[in-house]
Amino acid sequence: MSTLRFGAAVDAGLAAAMAEDDSVVTWGEDVRLLRRELLVRFGKDRVLDAPISEAAFVQAGVGAALGGLRPVVEVMLADFLATAWSALLNSVAKVTDFSGGRWRLPLVVRTACGGWYGDGGQHEQALWGSLAGIPGLKVVVPSTPADAAGLMLAAVRDDDPVVVLEHKLLSEAWLDYLGGSTRGNLALDVPAAGAAGEVPQPVRPTPIGTATLRREGRDLSLVAVGVGVHRALEAADRLATEGIEAAVLDLRTVAPLDREAVVEVATRTGRLVVVDEDYIRAGLSGEIAAVLSEDGVGARYARVAVEGTIPFDRGREHQALPNVDRILQAAKALA
Amino acid sequence: MADHNAAGPSRTGPQLPTEPAADPAPERRSRTYEVMARVRAVESLQSELWDRGLVSGELHTGVGEEAVAAGVVGQLRDGDAMALDHRATGPLVVRGVDPAALLRETLGLENGLCHGMGGHMHLFAPDVLAASDGIVGSSGPTACGLALAGRHRRPGTVAVAFFGEGATNAGPLLESWNLAVAWNLPVLFVCKDNGWAITTRRRDVTGGHLVRRARSFGLRVRSVDGWRVEAVTAAAGTLLDAARAGRGPGLLHARVRRPDGHFLGDAMLRVLTDPVAQMKTLAPGLWSSARTSGGAPLRGRAGAATHLGGRFAALAADRAFRRRDPLAHARRRLPPEVADMVDARVAEEVAALTADLEAELSAGPVGGAR
Repeated sequence: MSTLRFGAAVDAGLAAAMAEDDSVVTWGEDVRLLRRELLVRFGKDRVLDAPISEAAFVQAGVGAALGGLRPVVEVMLADFLATAWSALLNSVAKVTDFSGGRWRLPLVVRTACGGWYGDGGQHEQALWGSLAGIPGLKVVVPSTPADAAGLMLAAVRDDDPVVVLEHKLLSEAWLDYLGGSTRGNLALDVPAAGAAGEVPQPVRPTPIGTATLRREGRDLSLVAVGVGVHRALEAADRLATEGIEAAVLDLRTVAPLDREAVVEVATRTGRLVVVDEDYIRAGLSGEIAAVLSEDGVGARYARVAVEGTIPFDRGREHQALPNVDRILQAAKALA
Repeated sequence: MADHNAAGPSRTGPQLPTEPAADPAPERRSRTYEVMARVRAVESLQSELWDRGLVSGELHTGVGEEAVAAGVVGQLRDGDAMALDHRATGPLVVRGVDPAALLRETLGLENGLCHGMGGHMHLFAPDVLAASDGIVGSSGPTACGLALAGRHRRPGTVAVAFFGEGATNAGPLLESWNLAVAWNLPVLFVCKDNGWAITTRRRDVTGGHLVRRARSFGLRVRSVDGWRVEAVTAAAGTLLDAARAGRGPGLLHARVRRPDGHFLGDAMLRVLTDPVAQMKTLAPGLWSSARTSGGAPLRGRAGAATHLGGRFAALAADRAFRRRDPLAHARRRLPPEVADMVDARVAEEVAALTADLEAELSAGPVGGAR
């Protein structure tokens, strides 16, 4: 075990994958600076800077994977994935099915996502729900350093395309890159348990598609990913002081969803609140309601998610995101 | 929103002459310097607010681009439109948008230009038909649409797109060059070439030659030193005239410097400005990673280290800004007593702005500062 920060843990997972398989190559914008420690270990041939050409360099990942590499393509921010949406939707997600299963696509798309640091509605979207809606894509969202390393390693080992979303608020490296850590005077509500933690050495893969229970509770379930897990844990602590015991389920993977875990916790507690930093419409929160409905779980249900464009102003940004007060309100309404 | 199909722009700030050629030259130079000094002052205030933790997230200034803003935007007329990038403050100040509204937006205040919803990277000023976008390369296609609308609704007007040379590798921007030529749109593309795509050197990610690339699309192209406002003004004037007259779109390639880095707190820049602290942070990880077994042979690792070193060296060389500071250059073109008068006027404006802002700041917490 060693204690790693979240961003370093993602890179530790990638370093482990690169060390065990020399077909793993990574590229993206500013990657030789951002992944400088991988650069000096694995060399320029395996760590490449890409031009600001997301549509081309994500699509190039398709070709590279077809040609025998295991590419880890990094698109700086999840918001910028939209400029490569056709590559993701029409190529990355389709190759295996179109080839009748004859050609697998071991491609990882890595991207930083999420807000709580006031970067405006075009640079801090979550988007995992939109990604998870595309058949053929696996989508993972770690909330701890151990899972950041473990899910990255599992993603690279996976023979199918996986999108790895790393939340910027958990990543000291991203906050530093974006200029944040030069200013001690900016108040950021960074969850300590997500920002740094124990990571097994050597890195152990976290199985894709499995949720984990972060807190046990009999009265209510809070289901979340990423920073939402930590907001849910904080809300659960506050609920406990009022005698409400809330379980917190960290989904870790948004696609494929761990249906069994969701159904189990909802059945056991009878009440479920989804805490989702992504948009409320046609996304993760609605998907969980559908799962409960399909499986005949009669649990009471509520959701705390993002309902509109995320405002730049920090105060209104906080209101728009699934903050602890909003979670408490939703939880108590079910109690 | 203003009905911009009918009404002309209603500006709250100081006006630039719409026909600069009609001005006597010394007067024009003084006005140009004044607007550039105002842009620098407003962006310096933005930087100060960011340093104090009053602005959350990223902040991109246009320091080094003032001559491009003044030389291009200073020639726009009523009904002309602008598609801006993530460095939009300068062009909007030149266009006459109220600096106080821009600063309040930077702070995310309800009484900011966009009610605190967009912040500095997403500025919209419908009364002067100016829209910005933080997605690299978006300004080109947006300008094509603005130009098309202009042809229908405001004949004789143009649309200008601002972007950096990093954006010339984004497909949609290149597609917009072709679209503008194919549809013969009255567009002026303005490429501010500072040699860096975020923190990556142009030469590492860009093939060929930008000016030749633009010409091969059929664009009329002029390339100038972007710190010399008279050069920018002359070249932009030629291209704007052609576009306005329906003789086709143009591209102004302006070589500029970027002394503030990609954004404030730029990690690359910090290695130069605060080397001891930064190396303490960076060196242990680099050193231990370079020595970890499993990976490239020694030669590959040495090559990688050399690459990183070269990148920082290139940035260091690039920082010799003072000699090519557009504002200093514009000032040198004035008699000293005139320049002093302008400086005093701008300083007075800024003092008033600062006082107003401080009054608002003392009213309550802003921007998430402690």
